[in-house]
Amino acid sequence: MPNELLLLVKYTLLYASVLMMVALGGMFSERSGIINIALEGIMVIGGLIGVLATQMTHGLAPVLQVLFSVLAAGLAGVVYSLLLAFASINLKADQTIGGTALNILATAIAMVIAKRVNGSQSSKLDYTNSAFIYKIFGIDVNVFLFIGIAFLILSYIILYKTRLGLRLRSCGEHPQAADSVGINVYKMRYIGVLLSGFLGGIGGFAYIVPAVQSWNFEVGVAGMGFLALAVMIFGQWHPLKIALAAVFFSVFKSLANIADSIEFLSKLQWPKEIYNMMPFIASMIILALFSRHSRAPKAEGVPYDKGSR
Amino acid sequence: MSEYIIEMRNITKVFPGIRANDDITLQLKKGEIHALLGENGAGKSTLMSVLFGLYQPESGTILKDGQVVKINNPNDANALKIGMVHQHFKLVEVFTVLENIILGAETTSMGMLEKKAARKRVVELSEKYGLKVNPDAMVEDISVGMQQRVEILKMLYRNNDILIFDEPTAVLTPQEIDDLMEIMRGFAKEGKSILFITHKLNEIMAVADRCTVLRKGKCMGTVDIKNTTKEELSRMMVGRDVSFEVEKKDIEVGNTVLEVRNVTVASKVHKNNAVKSVSFDVREGEIVCIAGIEGNGQTEFIQALTGLEKMASGSVRLYGRELKPLSIRQRARSGMAHIPEDRHKHGLVLDYTLEQNLVLQRYWTDEFKKWGFIKNRAVRAHAKRLIEKFDVRSGQGPITIARSMSGGNQQKAIIGREIDRNEPLVVAVQPTRGLDVGAIEFIHQQLVQVRDSGRAVLLVSLELDEVMKLSDRILVMYEGEIVGEFDPKVTTVQELGLYMAGGKRQNKAKEA
Repeated sequence: MPNELLLLVKYTLLYASVLMMVALGGMFSERSGIINIALEGIMVIGGLIGVLATQMTHGLAPVLQVLFSVLAAGLAGVVYSLLLAFASINLKADQTIGGTALNILATAIAMVIAKRVNGSQSSKLDYTNSAFIYKIFGIDVNVFLFIGIAFLILSYIILYKTRLGLRLRSCGEHPQAADSVGINVYKMRYIGVLLSGFLGGIGGFAYIVPAVQSWNFEVGVAGMGFLALAVMIFGQWHPLKIALAAVFFSVFKSLANIADSIEFLSKLQWPKEIYNMMPFIASMIILALFSRHSRAPKAEGVPYDKGSR
Repeated sequence: MSEYIIEMRNITKVFPGIRANDDITLQLKKGEIHALLGENGAGKSTLMSVLFGLYQPESGTILKDGQVVKINNPNDANALKIGMVHQHFKLVEVFTVLENIILGAETTSMGMLEKKAARKRVVELSEKYGLKVNPDAMVEDISVGMQQRVEILKMLYRNNDILIFDEPTAVLTPQEIDDLMEIMRGFAKEGKSILFITHKLNEIMAVADRCTVLRKGKCMGTVDIKNTTKEELSRMMVGRDVSFEVEKKDIEVGNTVLEVRNVTVASKVHKNNAVKSVSFDVREGEIVCIAGIEGNGQTEFIQALTGLEKMASGSVRLYGRELKPLSIRQRARSGMAHIPEDRHKHGLVLDYTLEQNLVLQRYWTDEFKKWGFIKNRAVRAHAKRLIEKFDVRSGQGPITIARSMSGGNQQKAIIGREIDRNEPLVVAVQPTRGLDVGAIEFIHQQLVQVRDSGRAVLLVSLELDEVMKLSDRILVMYEGEIVGEFDPKVTTVQELGLYMAGGKRQNKAKEA
C-alpha cells in the first residue's frame, strides 16, 4: 500500500500546485473586477511557450533552464491575457464571451505552432523534463511545488498587506469608490488581469512538463483551467482557502491516475473514465452547494465606465 | 488674498442635449456654510462634480484663494484640500472602517501597509470632532449614520478644509441630522468652508450662512440666509409659489380595507427576521404611514405585502380575502395598487415606451387585447389620457422611452398608472424620494385625493415632514417591529425620532 500512497501524494502535489497557481491568478483578476474565464487558454499558451523554451534551452545548466522556461511561460501568459484586458477594460466587452473566445483561440494557436515546429501533421512536442524534478524522501517532487508555495505566500502578502492589494480589491468591490479617492481603476484591473496571465501561464507549463516528456497540444490542458476556476470559487477568492481547495480537488484528480494500482479500487473494475469525471462532478456538487453563499467580488464582470455613476 | 477661498466663475457644462450648468458663478467664503439649493436636474451635482474634478467644464474657471486652478481628477481636488461626501456613499462594504478611510491615501513602510499609525490618527480625529466610529468594524455591518461619519473622516484624514456635502441628511434620523448640523457648525468655526447641497429648506434656514439657488442649470442668485425666508427660497428654486401645507378634509374612516396580522418576514441579509410579527389595520378614508429609518424592515414588509417576497408567517387580508396564496398579479387585481420603492427596478421597464409602461398590469385584459394582439390604439389613448391627467412631461409623449424621462416624471407616470386603476388600497413606498418640491406637492395632492375619495392609503416614508403632513395615523417601525402608534396632530417630530432610533417604545397590549 505505501507505494500507492506515495503515488497518490506525488500526483496530488503535482496537481495541487498547478490548480493553486492558476486559481491564484484567477483570484487576482476577479478581485480587480474582471472575470477571467480565459484561464484555460492562458494555460495552453503558457504551456506551449514554456515547452518550446525548454527545448531551446536544452543543454544549459538545469537552474538556468528552469528559470528561463518558467519565465517564458509566465510572460507568454501575460501577453495572451493582454487580449482579455484590452477587450474587457478598454473596449468594455462582455468578459465571459471574450474569455471563451480566447480559450477556443488558444488551442488553435497551440496546434498551429506545434505543427509548424514539428514540420508535420502532429501537434505533439517532445522534451526532457529532468531539470524540473527532484527526489526528496523518495518522492518525485517537481520545482513547481516550491514555486507554487512561494506564489501562495506572495499572493497573500500582496493582497492583504500592501497598498497595491488594498487598491486592487477596492476596484473589484466598488470601483466608483476607488475612483473617487483617486485610484486608477483601469490600471488596477490591468494589473489584476496581467497577474492572472503570469500565474496562469506558469500553471499551464507546470501541468504539462513534470508529468510527461511529450505533449499533444490538441487536448489543450484538458479542462484544468476550468477546474482552477472552481477551485477559486470554492476557495472564496482567498489565497489560503484556495490552497486548501486545490489540494481537495487534486486528490480526486489523482485517484484517476492511480486507481488501477490500488487493489480494492481496481477490484471494483470501474472504467477509468469514472475517476476522470470525479473532480468535475465534485466541482459541480461543491459549486451547487457553495456558490449560493459565496461572496464574489461585487463589481466583477461589470465594465467600469468613468462617466456613469 | 481673495475674500473667497473657492470661486467658480461662469461655469458651463454641456451634456448631449442639455446645458446642465449654464454660466454659473459660485463663491465660497472661508469659514462659511454655503448651501446649494435647486430642484432635481437643476445642476447641483454636476457643478460639484466639476469642482471635484469628475467632469471638465466647457467654459469657466475655478479659483482657489484667488489663483486659477485646473482640477482634472479627484486627486487634484484632494491636493487643493477639497473633499466630498457623496450622496451615495463611496465605501467598500467588505473593508473595515479604517481601510475605507485610508484607501487612496495609504502610508506604507517597507512596502507594507502602515495601519497602526493610521488607526491612531483616525481615533484621534474621531474623538476630536465627536464622530463616533469603530475603526475595525466592517462597513457592511455599521449603520448608515456611522457610514456617513466614515465619509466625513475620510475628508478629515486627508486634511481637507473645503468640504462638500451632497444631500447628507436624506438618510439620517432627526437626531442624527441635528448632530450633523452641530458638526458642520464646528467645522465652520474652525475655519473650514462647507458647501452643502440640499433641497430641504428647513435645513438651510437652520445651518447655512448663505445660499446659492440653481434652476434648470442657471444661477438664480446668492442670498444671505439672515435676510430671506423659506418662501422666497422656494420661489427662487421653482419659479412660482409653492404651498407647503396639504389641504385635507376631516377624516371619515369607513370599513377596514387591509388587515395585517402577525406578519413575519425572513431577512435575506442576516439570520434574524426582518419583520417580526407586525399587525395593524388600514381603513377606508385614511392615510396610514409606516415611519422609520431606512433598513428597519419596511422594505421587506411591503415586499411581502405586495407579493414580491414570501412571508414566513402571519396573514394579510384585503376586505377579508387572504392574500397570502395570491400571486403578484392576483393581488394587484384584487384591489391593491403599488407605488414601489425602487421605481427603476419594480416600477417601470426602463427600455419600454411610456405607453407600454402605463398598461403593464393590464395589457392582457380585454380592454387592451384582442385575439392575442395588443390593441395599440387603445393603449395610445389610455396613455394620452393619463399623461394629460397627471401632467407627465416627456420628450415624445406616449412613445418616449421611460429611461430617458426625468425621475419626477417617471414617478408621476407610475403614480398615474396606479391611482387611475381605482383600487381600494394604494400602497405607496417613498413616493417622493429624490423629487423636487414641485413634484412632491403634486404627488401629495394625488395621495390626499385618493384618501378623500374614501379609499385607503398605506404610505411608507423616511421623510418625517411628509409623514407629519400626510398621515392620519403613524406607525413607527424599528428593527422589524411596530414600536408605537401616533396621531400626527398630537405627536412631534422629536418624539417620532426617538422611537425611530429605538430609544423608546410603547407597551402595546398584544392582540390575541
